[in-house]
Amino acid sequence: MFEQTHLNRHNDRIQSLARLLFLVMTLLLILPVVIILGLLINRGGGVISWEFLFAYPQDGMTAGGIFPALVGTIWLVGVALLASVPVGVASAIYLSEYARDNLLTRAINLAIINLAGVPSIVHALFGFGAFVLFANVGASILAASLTLAIMTLPVVIVATRESLQAVPRAFREACWTMGATRWQTIRKVVLPNSGSGILTGVILEVSRTAGETAPIMFTGAAFFLPFLPQGVFDQTMALSLHLFNIATQVPNVPEELPYGVALVLIGIVLVMNGFSIALRMYLRGKKKW
Amino acid sequence: MRKRNIQARKDADTRTLEWYTDKIVEWLIFVGGISGIIFSLGIFVFITREGLGFLTTRFEFAEFFGSINWRPTSANPTYGTLALILGTASVTGLAMVIAIPFSLGAAIYIGEFATGRVREVLKVLVELLAAIPSVVWGFIGLSLINPLIIKTFDVSIGLNVLNSGVILGLMAAPIMTTIAEDALKAVPETYREAAAALGATHWQVVSRVTIPAARKGLVAAILLGVGRGFGETMAVLMASGHSIHIPTSPLDSVRALTATIAAEMGETARGSEHYQALFTLGILLFAVTFVINMIADIFVRGSYRK
Repeated sequence: MFEQTHLNRHNDRIQSLARLLFLVMTLLLILPVVIILGLLINRGGGVISWEFLFAYPQDGMTAGGIFPALVGTIWLVGVALLASVPVGVASAIYLSEYARDNLLTRAINLAIINLAGVPSIVHALFGFGAFVLFANVGASILAASLTLAIMTLPVVIVATRESLQAVPRAFREACWTMGATRWQTIRKVVLPNSGSGILTGVILEVSRTAGETAPIMFTGAAFFLPFLPQGVFDQTMALSLHLFNIATQVPNVPEELPYGVALVLIGIVLVMNGFSIALRMYLRGKKKW
Repeated sequence: MRKRNIQARKDADTRTLEWYTDKIVEWLIFVGGISGIIFSLGIFVFITREGLGFLTTRFEFAEFFGSINWRPTSANPTYGTLALILGTASVTGLAMVIAIPFSLGAAIYIGEFATGRVREVLKVLVELLAAIPSVVWGFIGLSLINPLIIKTFDVSIGLNVLNSGVILGLMAAPIMTTIAEDALKAVPETYREAAAALGATHWQVVSRVTIPAARKGLVAAILLGVGRGFGETMAVLMASGHSIHIPTSPLDSVRALTATIAAEMGETARGSEHYQALFTLGILLFAVTFVINMIADIFVRGSYRK
């Protein structure tokens, strides 16, 4: 019907070129990391076994397994979640259900962005100054976990706020009309309809917390401990710091050992993240409104 | 007479247990709501508390920012951070040279060109890349990129600006991609439709309408990437080589501000001048990232995002 003019053809060519260029850039961003992960699996895969996961380090951490570090990471993440989830969810409820569009709300949002953006080593200094020294908790799981909790608080807040805001306003209005108070509405209508969305945020936080190293360096993670922590006032080993130590601090470590630790750490983080993403997609597909 | 009035008021009071629960919970949630502010202030207060001694007694502006000699443990200690600042700047600079074009390119492709399943898969991949812990990146620099640089450039050690810059670029790019894509997404669909209705090709719509309209959000993405690179600790600690001098080529080893704190904190005695100086570095890092985040926030506010 229409004959393509010279100008049309020119524009089409440029369009294809631009599209190709951006596709190549995207792939160049992703491919190196995929190759790196492949190399890690290739070199560290052989190390991983049940024994590696459940044995103690031996011979000055140049042999043996990672059990105390694995258990320590679980402790750190668990205690950090206990501290940050209630505070993070409360913060998100405030921002989503109570806050007006005013200066205070803007300050809160800026503070949350700032918490997420402050360098991890500054969080470490803060944790040391506030928990280890000022609160006099000493270097312990409690101090390290609280430091991690504050650092990862924005993850919970942002995810929770998003899932709260996804609940339609009509649901709330229907509830208010029945004479329910604000809190009754939140507890009986808003939270049940956003619970799984909050869960994706919590899983994401697990993944973030497990991988952090700098914040726990001076606040409670130990170089080597031949026993498991018995409570929150003990120090503990941690997977992330263990990787740093055997990669840089310990002499004569067999070459494949740190690859194995790195692989376990990446495995935990990516599985948790993948789980969170899958849950989010499933929920999006299921949503009725 | 007065007594009866009070009695009447009491009868009229219909506040139930629910009403009080509501008030208490509202108060608790408010405290949770401002927790972000409390903790942000807390960070500033506590690092200042520990570093104040250095700031009030030992700190000299000209030495601190103008000298390249960071020798806290020598008999006559000097606290010049110029080499550390330039170390951080060179690594972050190189990282941004890599990350800015690729993350913006990827954001444009994922946000504007890719459709359906391809788009979903790319988004998930980028999100997973952003999740890899920094200590693992540091290890990658140490064990994979280090030998590669030694072989390629025939140098004796491959822990340098190039190594940590590449790693930091790969680390920051996925996050910047996600933020930039959000910014493109936030441009109203009507803008695109109006341009398409005028006969613009898809690329013309993207380059002349979407990108200019999302400009502020894209700047915010870049700023947050810079902040991230500036504050990165473990990867830079492990891959930058840790030598204090002003870099003249990408193959020079450097030391970053963050890495200095991480490396020296364990060896200092509490309350010593060195210890306080490290907290002063922390104050500097906090201040710079705070300013970067605030500027990014202003840019985000200026865009369509709520």
